[in-house]
Formats: sequence, C-alpha cells, structure tokens
Amino acid sequence: MIDINDTVMQYLLALVVVLPLLGAGAALLPAPPGLRGTSPDQAVLRHGVTVTGVVLLAALALAAGFDHDDPARMQATTDISWIPALDVRIHLGVDGISLPLLVLTALLTFLCALYSYFKMPAGPSPKAFVALLLVLESGTLATFAVLDLLLFFLAFEMVLIPMYFLIARWGGDQRRAAAWKFILFTLLGSVVMLLGLLLVGLDSGTFDMMALATDNGRGLTTSVQVIAALAIGIGLAVKTPMWPLHSWLPDAHTAAPTVGSVLLAGVLLKMGTYGFVRIILPITPDGMREFAPYLAAFAVVGIIYGSLACLALAKRGAKGDLKRLIAYSSVGHMGFVLLGIASMTPTGVNGALFANIAHGLITGLLFFLVGALKDRTGSTDLDALAEQTGAALYGKAPRFGALLAFGAVASLGLPGLAGFWGEMLALFGAFDPAEGLSRPAFLTFMAFGAFGTLLTAAYMLIVVRRVCMGATPGPAAPKIADVRGYEFAAWTPLVALTVLAGLWPALLLGLTDPAVQQLLAGGKA
Amino acid sequence: MTAAAASLVQNVDWVAIAPPTIAAVVALVVLVADLFVREGNKTLLAWISLAGLVAAGLSLLPLLDGDRATFCLVGDADVCSYTADRFTVVIQFLVIAGALLTALLSVSPLKDNKALPEGEFWFLLLASAAGAALLPASRDLATLIVALEVASLPAFALVGLKRGDRRSSEAALKFFLSSVAATAVSLMGISFVYAATGTLHLTEVAARLGEVDGQLHILAQTGVALTLVGFAFKTAAVPFHFWVPDTYIGAPLPVAAYLSVVGKAVGFTGLILVTVVAFPAYADVWGPVLAVLAALTMTVGNVAALRQVGTRAYSAIRLLAWSSVGQAGYLLVPIASAAYADSPAETDKAIGATVAYALMYAAVNLGAFAVAALVARTRPLNRISDYRGLYANRPLAALVLGFFLLCLAGLPPGIIGLFAKVTVFAAAVDAGLGWLAVVMAINVVIALYYYLRWTAVLFRAPEGAAPEGAAKAERKHAVPLPLAAALVLTTVIGVALSGAPQLVLRFSAAALF
Repeated sequence: MIDINDTVMQYLLALVVVLPLLGAGAALLPAPPGLRGTSPDQAVLRHGVTVTGVVLLAALALAAGFDHDDPARMQATTDISWIPALDVRIHLGVDGISLPLLVLTALLTFLCALYSYFKMPAGPSPKAFVALLLVLESGTLATFAVLDLLLFFLAFEMVLIPMYFLIARWGGDQRRAAAWKFILFTLLGSVVMLLGLLLVGLDSGTFDMMALATDNGRGLTTSVQVIAALAIGIGLAVKTPMWPLHSWLPDAHTAAPTVGSVLLAGVLLKMGTYGFVRIILPITPDGMREFAPYLAAFAVVGIIYGSLACLALAKRGAKGDLKRLIAYSSVGHMGFVLLGIASMTPTGVNGALFANIAHGLITGLLFFLVGALKDRTGSTDLDALAEQTGAALYGKAPRFGALLAFGAVASLGLPGLAGFWGEMLALFGAFDPAEGLSRPAFLTFMAFGAFGTLLTAAYMLIVVRRVCMGATPGPAAPKIADVRGYEFAAWTPLVALTVLAGLWPALLLGLTDPAVQQLLAGGKA
Repeated sequence: MTAAAASLVQNVDWVAIAPPTIAAVVALVVLVADLFVREGNKTLLAWISLAGLVAAGLSLLPLLDGDRATFCLVGDADVCSYTADRFTVVIQFLVIAGALLTALLSVSPLKDNKALPEGEFWFLLLASAAGAALLPASRDLATLIVALEVASLPAFALVGLKRGDRRSSEAALKFFLSSVAATAVSLMGISFVYAATGTLHLTEVAARLGEVDGQLHILAQTGVALTLVGFAFKTAAVPFHFWVPDTYIGAPLPVAAYLSVVGKAVGFTGLILVTVVAFPAYADVWGPVLAVLAALTMTVGNVAALRQVGTRAYSAIRLLAWSSVGQAGYLLVPIASAAYADSPAETDKAIGATVAYALMYAAVNLGAFAVAALVARTRPLNRISDYRGLYANRPLAALVLGFFLLCLAGLPPGIIGLFAKVTVFAAAVDAGLGWLAVVMAINVVIALYYYLRWTAVLFRAPEGAAPEGAAKAERKHAVPLPLAAALVLTTVIGVALSGAPQLVLRFSAAALF
C-alpha cells in the first residue's frame, strides 16, 4: 500500500521482534527521571503500554509497507549467520501467512497491556508482570517471523517460562497446578518436536525453512518424512491443542488471569497451527499425507468433544465455569482449523488460517468479557451468575450484555462475522480433499464437523440465554457496572475487526491465498 | 636400539607441558610456604594459589596455534605420551577455569571456618587440578591412570577435610573406597589390553586391537570393558553413582562444586580418550554399553533429583548433586553416538558436542554453586526452602540463579543450555540412536520440573511476617570480593554464551584431535 524501502522493512521486522525483549529488560530497571509517573507501579505499567504500542505501530507499518500484490513472496527478509556450528541463521521474513498473525499478536498484546494498565490482575508487583508480558510477546512474534527450524524451536520455547509465571503468579484458584500442567505438557510436546526438526535438518542438510519448503520434501525419503511429521506434529498438536492432547488447556485458561487467557487463546494456540502450515505441510508433504486422515479424525473428535463439554458445562446445575466453557469451545474451534489443514487443499488451509485469526479476535474478546464479568460479580460460575432465571445482563448492564451476546454469536459462526468464513472454508476443504486422500472419509468428517457447528450454536445460545437474559432485576438487586472507558478502548478494535473480517473476508484471504497456493505446490509454482 | 642409546635424555617441550606443571609447582610452593606463613596471614596462600591458576591458564595461550607433542617414542616420533592438541587445550582450559572458580568460592569459607586447614586445602586443590590438567594430554594408558589418580587422591582428602566432622570423614571414606576399587578394576583392564596388544600408547593400541589374535580376543574384550569401568565411576555414571549425594553433602561446598565440574571433566576426558582414541575397533562393544549407561544415568539422576524434599537439610546441594548425575547422562550421549559414526569427521562432531556441553555445564553449574555458597553464608543448612524470597532480599543473586537453573534445564532465557542440548540431541539423532533421544527428551521434561520448581521458589514472597528485620540483616552481609568475582565471572560467561553460542558450539563442528 505504501512504498517502504526494503532496508526499512527489514529493520521494522527486526524491531518488532527485538523491541519487546529490550522493553522487558528495561521494565526491570528503575524508571529514569521524568518517566517516574505517579508511582513505580504506574510507571512500569505505562512502560508496558508504550512498548507494546510502539510494537503495534511497527507491525502496522510493516503491514502497510508489505507488497500486497505479491503476498506469496517472503518480504522484509533478514538472513544473518548466528551459530555456524549448528547451521542456525537469524532468518526473518513475512509473507501473507505470517503477516496477519504478526499484526494480531501485536494488537492483542497491546490491548492486554492497555487493559492491565487500568485493571492490573491481583498478584505480586506489576514490574515482573510487564516484563513477562513483553517476553511473551517477543516469543510469539518471533515464532511467526523466523524462517529457521531451530530458531522456530527457540521462539516456541521462549513463551513457556513467561506464561508459566503469568499463570502461577497472577492466576486464580488452582493456579499452580494449572501452570505446571501447561508447561509440562507443552515442553514434552516441544522436545519431541525438536527431535523431528533435527531429523529433517540433519537429513536434508539445512534448517532453512525457505529452502526446505521450496524443496517440498524431495530431499527426504518417505520414511523420514513420516517420522518427522509425526514427531513435529505431536509437538504442535499439544500446543494447538488437538484432542486428546488438550487436557492442559481448560485448566490453564480457567486459572490464568484475564490477559493471560486472552493471549493464550488469541496468540499462543496459533503457534501450533501456524507450525502445521509453515513446517509440516510444505516440508514433509508425504508424511502429512500419511497422517492427514488421522489428523482430520482427531480434529473432528475435538470439535464434537469440545461442543459436548461446553453443553454439559452450560447446563443448569452443572456448576459450569464460564472461562472453562470458552476454553473448551477453543478446543472445538481449533478442531476446525486442524480439519482445514488436514484437507491439504488451498481452500481448507485458507479456511484454517482465516479461522485462526477469527478465533484470536473472538475468543480474545470473550475472555476479556468473562474476565471483566468476574471482576464485577466475583464469580464465573454459570449457576451462581444465573441463579434462577438468568443473570439478566441486558437489564443490569445493557452494553456489557450486548457485547457478550455479540461475542457469543460471532463465536458460533454467524454469517457476516469473522467466525463464519474460516469454518465454512475448512468444511469446504474437507468436502473435496487433496488428491490421494480418501474422499468418503473426509465427507464423513465434514458431516460431523457440520454437526459440530450446530452444537456450538446450541451452547452459545444457552450461554446467552442464561447470562444475558433473565427476569427484570428488582431495585434491590446488586448493580453491575456497565462497560467502562478503558474497556471500550480495549474491546472496540476486536469488535470492529470481527465485523470487518466477516464482511470483507477478501482482505485476509487475498493475503493468505497466494502464499498458501505456493506453499502447497512447493517449488513448482 | 642403538639410536635409543644415543639419546637417552629426551628433549622436553616445556611450553607444551606448562599448564599441569605450573599447577603442580605452585602446589608445592604453597605446601612449603604454609610452614612459614603466620596464622593470621594464611590468606596469602589463597592469593598465591589464585595467581598460580591464572598463570596456568595463561600458559595455554601459546598452545592455541597448533599441535605439540612431547615424550615421544625414540623410535617413532609419531607416538607420544603427551599431546597438546585442540582437545587437550580446551579441556585444560575447562579444568583450570573450573579450579580457579572453585578457588574463588573457597577463599572466604576458609577464612571464616577455622576447621578447614588452609595450607593443606590449597595444596590439595592445586595438586588435583594438576592431575586433571595432565589427563586430557595423556596419550598412553599408564600416564592416563597416573593422571587420574593424581586428580582423584587429593580429592578424597579434600572431601574429608572438615576437621572433626563425622559426615565429612564418612563421605571421604565412601568416596575413597569405591573410587579405589574402580581404579583397581581399570588397572586390571589395562593389563589385559597390554597383554593382548603389547603396547600402552593409545594410537598403537587402536591399531593393534584390530588385529588381535583370535585366542586373545576375549582377553582384549574383557580388558576394554574393565578399563571403561574406572572412568565411568569418575563420571558418576549409574551404577557407579551412589557415592555422589553423600560425598557432595559431606564435602565443603566449594569442593562439591569442584567435584561436580572438574571431577566430571576428568572422567569424561578419560572416557573419550579410551573409547574414541584407543578402542575404536571395539565400538560395537562400548557403543551400546555407553548408550544404555547414558539412559540409565540420566533417568536415575533426574528421578532422584525430582524426589528431593525442599525442607530437608542440604536439599539444595542434594538436588545439585543428583542433577549433576542427570547431566552426566546427557554428556555420555554423544560419546555413545561416536561409536555409530561412519567417518572420523562424525566422531569428532560427536565428541565436540560433549565438549561443548561440558563447557556450558561447567560455567552454569559453578554459577549455581556460587549462589548456593552465597546463600549458605546466612543459611548454612542450604535447604531449597531457604531460597524462598531470595528475589526480595538479593534480587541480582536470584535472577542469576534463575538464569543458571534455566540454562541447566535448557529453556530460554538460558539459550546456551538449550542449544547445548540441541547439539547433544543432534548427535544422537545423527547416529540413529532414536530411542536414546526419546529417553533424553523425557528426562529433559523431568529435569525442567525440579529446576523450575526451585526457580519459582526464588521469586515467591518471603515467608512469615518477620522478614523485614531479617531481610535487612541479610542485606547487611556484604558479599565477599572473591565470591562476587566468581558470580560475576560465571554470569558473564553464561550471558555471553547465550548471545553467541557459537563460542562453545564451534567445537562440535571442528576437528579436535
């Protein structure tokens, strides 16, 4: 859109990755004179907002300078040798697949920092909180920006420690157990992934994702591809999470502080699916073809399982936790993403990438809302909230209730909102899977997936019914504050983008499609 | 033999043998000086020892440029007993730097604790360091055993040095008996190998083992296996690991640090020299054995470390002791992989991975011990629960210890730990030892649990309501200069390596021998 010099683009991308890290270091130091603010806590929280804000601006500038006519080409690339002994290069770049994720990450982290500035979660000092948040941002941005397998692994691991501490220090009930579950599951997965990455790298002689993707698996024998795809796939599937490796997710989400949940759902889960698209599809296509039906089957089980779990939680008298419910709904949504990827068609993969972004926006918004609801009422227990007839948010806090209803219908995939396109395209992909994949099997998966959308609609509407509606509150009923100014500021961008992506899907698909086409075709296109 | 008669006196390359020699000479100087130094001035000995170690380290500089060898056979100049190649220089650097850091850790405990005899301590430390520095250069089995014993015997005495401490003497006795038994077995193995091949020089052994007489085949095989036992003991590989926890706790803390780094380096160097240089012909024998040993060692060490209860006395040291057993398992992986290498270049790569890992491990483990020594000044029991709230009292020490522990665990921000593990994994995957890589992967996760649990303790709020006064009292305890120097040194190394892992990882890509 805007013509930005190549070198500037390079620096912008490097800045996006490195600045949060520098910011994290600076957050631990005492504030310099002139930036002390009203108190040390306020100063450091403001520091967080500033740094994430600058990163967001840089990411937006990057998006503006990105050549939208050629999104399949890696742009703003940097390629410096770092550890020659291991053949690790600092190879950065963005294309149509990673650009939306980069911007989403920068945006969500900024909104989280902004939200925390006004509503710091209960726990120890904000200093460490801001530093961890920034390290987390750097790790996720790096995951989407690097083009070297070992660097990808490094970035993938970088988010573990900050997220662990965010949950264990600033979380709610049972936070310590949940934090342990999160880190042990993910680490076990990622170590197995490392073995797969090493197998690919050592067998083909390079760790460079671009070279490997262009090679499209021609340098690797089928058996190596199968083992590598399995090992890498397990690591990514834990992160995504794929049923049955998902069990860390509901606990982590329930225990995490609001911003932790938002980032976990909005950004961290995407690292898993991004890895599938960026690594497994182009680098080990034969291995992927071998496992695609299984992946699709697990994905579909995840969709149905997630929805049923949500239905069970939403039932009256089940003492269902609203945060937990949204976490389980994530398992279902990520199931659609995996189904799209497993179809190995451009349609399916585009749908998966679209659903990725949509899930980040919508679930991010939902976690924000539920967190705010917990701050107001002190509970996210559906039964406690709804009591006999319903929590009647429409009556007590109309704007808040409307936003929650908006998030819920967006999440169930209402046409015209972001949630619709991704899941529909993923199902389309499964309707006509790539050559070599069993069509009847995928038709069955598609049918189950479609049924899953119905279940999703069912529980989301039950939630709206129980939380937003209800008997008119009497004058004695406790007041619930409506949406506050800073909450508006943090949530409006998410709402606007959800609508925008729903009405104008070409904005995203135009970016991802050429890149996906090239990825699936390997060096041939 | 006439030529031999002509030059009975050999030319010795003094520059090549300088590092161990300087250490040994300074050891003797300290021992003699101890007799003449007044009771109040014993710190002088510490400075002499430190200077000696620095000098030994500096004497490595001229050796960087190329291979030197001395004490060669008169008949065959290629067969030497002492070689200063890249491998030697790197390991000597590790040993001397490790000894130097240990010395820095020891200065203030020696000053404060009159139960430790200073002169003897410095003599023993330097003597052991001299042996450890000699070992990587040895290229014949006799020198190797002598070096091993020179490194070990003073270590027994160091462990038992706490006067009147029953645990200390018991630990020393345990250490001594098991170690001597292992050495005896090793010696028997060497005699078998000598019987089968008729030579003690490693390269000659390698050449002749390939063409051993059919009848002597079993003798040679037994010899190879028995020789390895002695070195496996020093590395604290399972099942020769049982002496570790008691010895570490019984020994003065700096000595435990010394054993965990230099003691291990000695074992590994010996193991590498014996397996890769002397016994490549029997790779099919020692390869699987080492692979199984590696798997057992890391599993036993990590599981035991996992089971440490944080409130027990000395649990921090116990945990470090057991985790060092686990780390020894990772160090064995590339050596086992070397057995499966197709070419000498791949062997070098695998050995390089062990060397790189050992360098990383030495720096961060000594760093962790340095923080433990700091904490021990106010809380001598060194329980893990004593570390609670360290961040509130000593933020820098807590951050540094957290960094070291995460390096050991191999997670960012401990980038060097992560990449060192990646090289080890790469060696295993490259050798086709997939099962070993998977076992190691599981172990990495187990290890993360206890390292991170400890790290998390550092940042928790201090216990109880009293900490205000206690914290102030603790803050008043100034950090002694040598201890601070050790901390700064290890931190700088750890951080520099994390920024530029190539500094140590290059050994895994270049020929060492």
